[in-house]
Amino acid sequence: MAGFDKVVASYEEAMAGLEDGMTVLAGGFGLCGIPENLIGEIKRKGTKGLTVVSNNCGVDGFGLGILLEDKQIRKMISSYVGENALFEKQLLDGELEVELTPQGTLAEKMRSGGAGIPAFYTATGVGTPVAEGKEIKVFHEREYLLEEAITGDFAIVKGWKADRYGNVVYRHTAQNFNPLAATAGKITVVEVEEIVEVGELEPTHIQTPGIYVDRVILGTFEKRIEQRTIKPTE
Amino acid sequence: MALTREQMAQRVAQELQDGFYVNLGIGIPTLVANYVPDNMDVMLQSENGLLGMGEFPTEETIDADMINAGKQTVTTVKGASIFSSAESFAMIRGGHVDLTVLGAFEVDVNGNIASWMIPNKLVKGMGGAMDLVAGADNIIVTMTHASKSGESKLLADCSLPLTGKGCIKKVLTDLAWLEIENGTFVLKERAPGVSIEEIIEKTQGKLIVPDHVPEMVFA
Repeated sequence: MAGFDKVVASYEEAMAGLEDGMTVLAGGFGLCGIPENLIGEIKRKGTKGLTVVSNNCGVDGFGLGILLEDKQIRKMISSYVGENALFEKQLLDGELEVELTPQGTLAEKMRSGGAGIPAFYTATGVGTPVAEGKEIKVFHEREYLLEEAITGDFAIVKGWKADRYGNVVYRHTAQNFNPLAATAGKITVVEVEEIVEVGELEPTHIQTPGIYVDRVILGTFEKRIEQRTIKPTE
Repeated sequence: MALTREQMAQRVAQELQDGFYVNLGIGIPTLVANYVPDNMDVMLQSENGLLGMGEFPTEETIDADMINAGKQTVTTVKGASIFSSAESFAMIRGGHVDLTVLGAFEVDVNGNIASWMIPNKLVKGMGGAMDLVAGADNIIVTMTHASKSGESKLLADCSLPLTGKGCIKKVLTDLAWLEIENGTFVLKERAPGVSIEEIIEKTQGKLIVPDHVPEMVFA
């Protein structure tokens, strides 16, 4: 049993081994389901020259945006950025590189990276700037382009509940890229709102099986809302 | 008169069918959800991983973990499902979504669409738009017919970097409903009170104008 116990006691321990120049995959969509405290620990450690793979790059002062403050990110691989002024400035100043990737392609790159599939063909991006320099192949009279999978030295993931074995469930749309990132990290770290007893999670409900997970840590979360929309009252 | 944003959404809603799974982009497409007929069931897909998107929450039910692809807080309808981004785009790329509605900067007679990048301006990214246009068969593009300075957005050849190639067949502008067939726009309907001459003048790509072009009808 102890061999399967993934729980660590401190954020320092959770991110131990992260070094300058590494690639980090991060779950989250906008500010929803982001590993807030693991990002905070990268900030505290001051690791530099990182390649970060995440759908977005947070906002000024929150989420991955805080890693821009000390220029810790060298390259971002994302589908949509520019919700923060600092990102824009560093991009224009040439301090930050960005590789824009269609959202579904980004998800599939992580999924296939975790599944041991080195590349896949997709119709997404054919005839667009995304296709530049990529192999095109025709299947059933339609063009597809070859996209390579992505893996990371670390994957940082935000779950809802986990057990000590690293089985994870996600809450609502905070799932998004998290289970995909979880499969594709050499070291996968999951921070959760609650750690439950082994056996408490229904096996059929587990979204990330513990085999993908190396470290689990219990955190508390701010869960900032990016677009607060409320139904107009009658 | 050119259509208002609400009228454009209303016209798109006339294309909905009972039992459709629909992905609505940001802007005018989002408004289409307000005009789903009462006797019709439509499930809205949001590409961050939600099928069965409901209305905005109340102050009591708002939840940071429950958002749509526009990052707005939302609710779910009965029968909704939530899944990962890979599953979400499997639905989109696998052609399982019945209707996709999205905005654009330009569309051309070959069904090319440009909607995400203006050179020398800051590029924020394509998000899920390239996946949506490549994966869907039934797409409606909503946009104004011409820019504020009067330049046509319905072109012989898109001038901006593409979002997708040869994938658009239907366009609703504030002036007209058009379809793209065999390398040409075909004028199908015009906005109430808009002249065919105005539409011709504001359409740069090849345009076929049938003998009879009905005005759109709104309930």
